[in-house]
Amino acid sequence: MCLAIPAQVMELLGDGMARIDMGGVSKAISVALVDDVAVGDFVVVHVGYALSRIDADEAERTLALLREAAAMETPS
Amino acid sequence: MRYVDEYRDPELAKGVAARIAAEVDAARHYRFMEFCGGHTHAISRYGVEDMLPRNVAMIHGPGCPVCVLPVGRIDDAIRLASDPRVTLCTYADLMRVPASRGASLLKARAAGADIRMVYSTLDALRIAEAEPEREVVFLAIGFETTTPPTALAIKQAKAKALRNFSVFCNHVLTPVAMRAILAGESDEATALDGIVGPAHVSTVIGARPYEFVANEYGKPVVISGFEPLDVMQSILMLVRQINEGRCAVENQYVRAVTHDGNARAQREMDDVFELQESFEWRGLGMVPHSALRLAEAFAAFDAEKRFGIHTVAAADNPACECGAILRGAKKPTDCKLFGTLCSPETPMGSCMVSSEGSCAAHYAYGRFRDRSRARMERAAS
Repeated sequence: MCLAIPAQVMELLGDGMARIDMGGVSKAISVALVDDVAVGDFVVVHVGYALSRIDADEAERTLALLREAAAMETPS
Repeated sequence: MRYVDEYRDPELAKGVAARIAAEVDAARHYRFMEFCGGHTHAISRYGVEDMLPRNVAMIHGPGCPVCVLPVGRIDDAIRLASDPRVTLCTYADLMRVPASRGASLLKARAAGADIRMVYSTLDALRIAEAEPEREVVFLAIGFETTTPPTALAIKQAKAKALRNFSVFCNHVLTPVAMRAILAGESDEATALDGIVGPAHVSTVIGARPYEFVANEYGKPVVISGFEPLDVMQSILMLVRQINEGRCAVENQYVRAVTHDGNARAQREMDDVFELQESFEWRGLGMVPHSALRLAEAFAAFDAEKRFGIHTVAAADNPACECGAILRGAKKPTDCKLFGTLCSPETPMGSCMVSSEGSCAAHYAYGRFRDRSRARMERAAS
């Protein structure tokens, strides 16, 4: 139930609804809970509602931290 | 898939695992609770536990909405659905949860009750509009992730003056349950050292509500994304906090979670719901101010008022350890029903039903690793 998936907004349908793409699956969901959703945005979708936008810069920073942690030399 | 695949890179995972192993203090134990069932599922599915040093233990928490819903409330839902006027709409996860006397929503449907699985509250609204002669009741469960969608549906029903739509509300609150777990700790040896905080609950409520864990209980919290690399990075962050003698609320899932959360979703919840004095949780018992009910302005859409529901507490199967497992006091394999009488096909307890339940996750993924680990240890000795 809580396993929401990142999805990309493909089309705004009006009335607080949008068509999204989830790994090739297309679905109409509500974007009424997230302000100013635009086509191309990635959102976290949960039981048919977008809950938050995914911040591309923060996602990249998290990956950079992961790469840094993975590549660090073991302290001797 | 973008934002998924890159957080499942096995090479990167090995590197982060080596980093955790290099940084843990061999002289101590680290006991971390992943509160949320989504994390329990990810940890089991991707074998995260096997990549951790032996002195880092993950304890499963109560954050699985299907698992914590007490038997009495499922009995209520079955009684509701048995009313010939009622169409009960529910999330699919609830269909197989065992209720009293071996009943379940699935069996009630087989016996003729009009029970429909929906993906979203919007589906339940559509059914109510399309079938005005039916009393459509939405069985609302879940933490703060599923609550705003229920709030919006109730507001829409009011705006459309839908007289045949109501909600049987079982929405519960994460921070209150977290406090109940921490307040219930009695044994120094089994006390938690830190908490992996929920991902999607936190998109709604933000990082702020967890500050009491650090301030009052002196334990670190790291809010984590749901992918395996997210969880591993969060564990590394917890290890570092402990090694440095710090306790703070940190946010690993910065790509989706902010400090204050989703203000709009919080507003919707505040508009539509108010606190219940007390609510029963499987495993935690009665917890004060831990659940929501419809506020007075929306009382017309409250199924409990409309159908005169008075919940009668019902006992769990006495042989089932779900309660202790939900508190983090026991593991699925400590239950004598696990994998024998109780399996996902024939669940005896709620933790075996949803894919987020500790027992279901361990049955699907963990038990095979248990076996291969035992084989390897035998071969090595």
